[in-house]
Amino acid sequence: MNTELSDTTYAKATPAPDRDGAPLLEIRGLKIEGFADEKWNPIIKGVDLTLHRGEVLGLIGESGAGKSTLGLAAMGFARSGVRFAGGSVRFDGMDLLAMPERRRRKLWGTRITYVAQSAAASFNPAHRLIEQTVAAAVREGLKTEAEAIADAKALYAQLQLPEPDRIGDRYPHQVSGGQLQRVMTAMAMSGRPDLIVFDEPTTALDVTTQVEVLMSMRRIVDEFDTAAIYITHDLAVVAQMADRIKVLRYGEEVEEAPTREMLEHPKEAYTRSLWSVRSLRKPAEPSEDVVLSIQGVDAAYGNMVQVLHDISVDLPRGRTVALVGESGSGKSTTAKVVTGLLPPSKGEILFEGEALPPELKQRNKEQLRRIQMIYQMADTAMNPRQTVGEIIGRPLTFYHGLKGQALERRVVELLEQIELDAGFYDRLPGELSGGQKQRICIARALAAEPEIIICDEVTSALDQIVQEGILKLLMRLQKERGISYLFITHDIATVEAISDEIVVMYQGRVVEQGLKDRILSPPHAEYTELLLSSVPEMDPDWLTHLLEERGQDETAAGA
Amino acid sequence: MTDQTESYSAAGEVAQLRTRRSRRERMWIELRKAPPTALLGLGIILIYAFVAIFAPWLAPYGEAEVLAQSYAPWSAEHPLGTDQIGRDILTRLIYGARNTIGIAFITTLLAFAIGVSLGLIAAINRSWLDQVISRGVDVLMAIPSLIFALMLLSIFGSSALSLILIIAVLDSTRVFRLARSVAVGVAVMDYVEAARLRGEGLAWVMRREILPNIMPPLVAEFGLRFCFVFLTIAALSFLGVGIQPPTADWGTMVRETANLIQFARFDLKAGLTPLMPAAAIALLTVAVNFVVDWFLHKTSGLRDEH
Repeated sequence: MNTELSDTTYAKATPAPDRDGAPLLEIRGLKIEGFADEKWNPIIKGVDLTLHRGEVLGLIGESGAGKSTLGLAAMGFARSGVRFAGGSVRFDGMDLLAMPERRRRKLWGTRITYVAQSAAASFNPAHRLIEQTVAAAVREGLKTEAEAIADAKALYAQLQLPEPDRIGDRYPHQVSGGQLQRVMTAMAMSGRPDLIVFDEPTTALDVTTQVEVLMSMRRIVDEFDTAAIYITHDLAVVAQMADRIKVLRYGEEVEEAPTREMLEHPKEAYTRSLWSVRSLRKPAEPSEDVVLSIQGVDAAYGNMVQVLHDISVDLPRGRTVALVGESGSGKSTTAKVVTGLLPPSKGEILFEGEALPPELKQRNKEQLRRIQMIYQMADTAMNPRQTVGEIIGRPLTFYHGLKGQALERRVVELLEQIELDAGFYDRLPGELSGGQKQRICIARALAAEPEIIICDEVTSALDQIVQEGILKLLMRLQKERGISYLFITHDIATVEAISDEIVVMYQGRVVEQGLKDRILSPPHAEYTELLLSSVPEMDPDWLTHLLEERGQDETAAGA
Repeated sequence: MTDQTESYSAAGEVAQLRTRRSRRERMWIELRKAPPTALLGLGIILIYAFVAIFAPWLAPYGEAEVLAQSYAPWSAEHPLGTDQIGRDILTRLIYGARNTIGIAFITTLLAFAIGVSLGLIAAINRSWLDQVISRGVDVLMAIPSLIFALMLLSIFGSSALSLILIIAVLDSTRVFRLARSVAVGVAVMDYVEAARLRGEGLAWVMRREILPNIMPPLVAEFGLRFCFVFLTIAALSFLGVGIQPPTADWGTMVRETANLIQFARFDLKAGLTPLMPAAAIALLTVAVNFVVDWFLHKTSGLRDEH
């Protein structure tokens, strides 16, 4: 198997020539407009794209760059409220935009297929997985139902789903997110399409799951020599998947080049700035001055399920402690215990050497003020009906009694500290970009003048370039004000960038904790090793090497 | 997009495309796109409101002014004739708008004040208090409301005040259920948690964090609830326990002139007279429903096709 994989890697470096010469997909001067705010606004402003058979093209860019719109346009599809305004999309010699939708529909699901970001939202919860996997192929009469089902089971096996013969009898809610994403890939493969559009298929998954899904996707695309468009904002992921990379920004192409060339010698300044994001790293500084101490905490939801087992974490003043682990490891529950939303069943929290009351209701205003929280989803963390001024102003009035002119001045000061300006004062959250929203949340936390800020996955919903901006801001604020962060994340790159100390959690227990440099350098605990090795690197051969290593481990274990 | 820069800046991030507009501009844009039924409904409601407010100036006679002839036929002097004791029907129709709509409006407001407050408290609290209120509401809803209202009105007497209070309490049960169910969805949002972590009290969380976000369904329900209250009052008045004479009211008017319908064979217009207040009730109900339909479509988040 290893030799087979290195062969495909070799093939990837030099794209296979077309069997019949003409490209599979040819997009010329495509313009797409979206209807918003009572007028048509350009989303894609004249993009060309050429894709040959068996080739994988990576589309990257920040959100709002038009990646998904372009991906759907490659299928000849426009979402409601979006229209084609010019250019052409030719698939295998046919003009997709000129043909009636009836004929395009024949192609969809069989010759051109789509794998969506949120698998859970894309499956019909009322039908079994296997029925949905084979539906398109059977509908178009490519196979009989029995053939299609046998084929689907073979695909499940190839995608390394557990119990490939029986998993199809389950309903979507009965399998995990990573499995569902693979079933969706099987669905896309069922009709043996010429082209698959992957729209951020692993963005919603944990790192450890993401690797498995990436592996299976790449293997199956290689095996059937299918052409694919892979859309993502994660450069390291696209480096594993794509033969060529196209960078988009503001609905226009920035540059396009073969993967290796692009990674080694990006031409445009914008591309280089995308690349530089991952180099952010702060040196770890130890400190003995503990401001918050979690001591031997157990916690359970509803007296039944114990989710935390004997957690002890010390947070030094002016430092960052990162809580790392996959979802369900108890990171966010730990935060809930600190904020008082979930009183622990055992153990206590010491703040400045004094025990904090376990319940929120028993804490006084001063204790609440000194521990603030920033959430993962800035969208839901701000009331959509309050303006930025009201959102930031409320803690100022509530904790510090500011009113009128003084209040307004302070809000503008805070806006300037988070690198925005007074122009944002009367905007509503809906009028802000993702990064700006998160900045407003940071300003709201700062307004209270806290000693500790709990950051719950604050950057994971953001693009990398925006992430970098937020992380730099948090570091600057820490330096200026000596705030301590309890930073919850599953992203190792973020941890490397911002933390002083790391606490690795797994199934409600602390696996390992200590200074950043010690945790990140070998020898690792077994789980830490898995977590670290699953983080994609900016090396196109990373996945291949990882496959080889893990494959050897398996063989060794088997022997 | 002239602010394109090579390097990253937080303020320059691409946010949603939106021109800032005042509330009036936004309303004007919505109105221009509104379907004809909604505009018709709005027009009718405005006319009713106008008539109700300016009744004393519009009506040709006094509300309870008794004129010479009872059951007079339609004429130039009395465009819709007179009733059993010789009061002008057109005048009473106009005053009826004021009384019926006014009382129904106040009742609905009160029902919302009770139902929404309890609903929000239940949604935020979610413990024994929620159970107590919700089960109490279930009990109230298990009794047919018209019969219950009849019973209560005969105990407390049919004054306008007891009419308002009784119907408001009975109808607040439905409002409670709606408010609680939509508020439960909002109460689990991070911004509500953030407010609680800040140490905000119940009143702030209810009024500032949750209420503004559940307004659309509540506004739609207000329209529908108004129709039901309005119909209930008319029904009670028709049964004789609603708004009491000499106050003009459409339900009472239907009852008082109902037997005129037998004379339709001799004089078609006389037969139409009792249908006038009934038509006034029906038209307003239909108009409110048209507007509510449009509003629900606007707030349901369904995109218009272009």
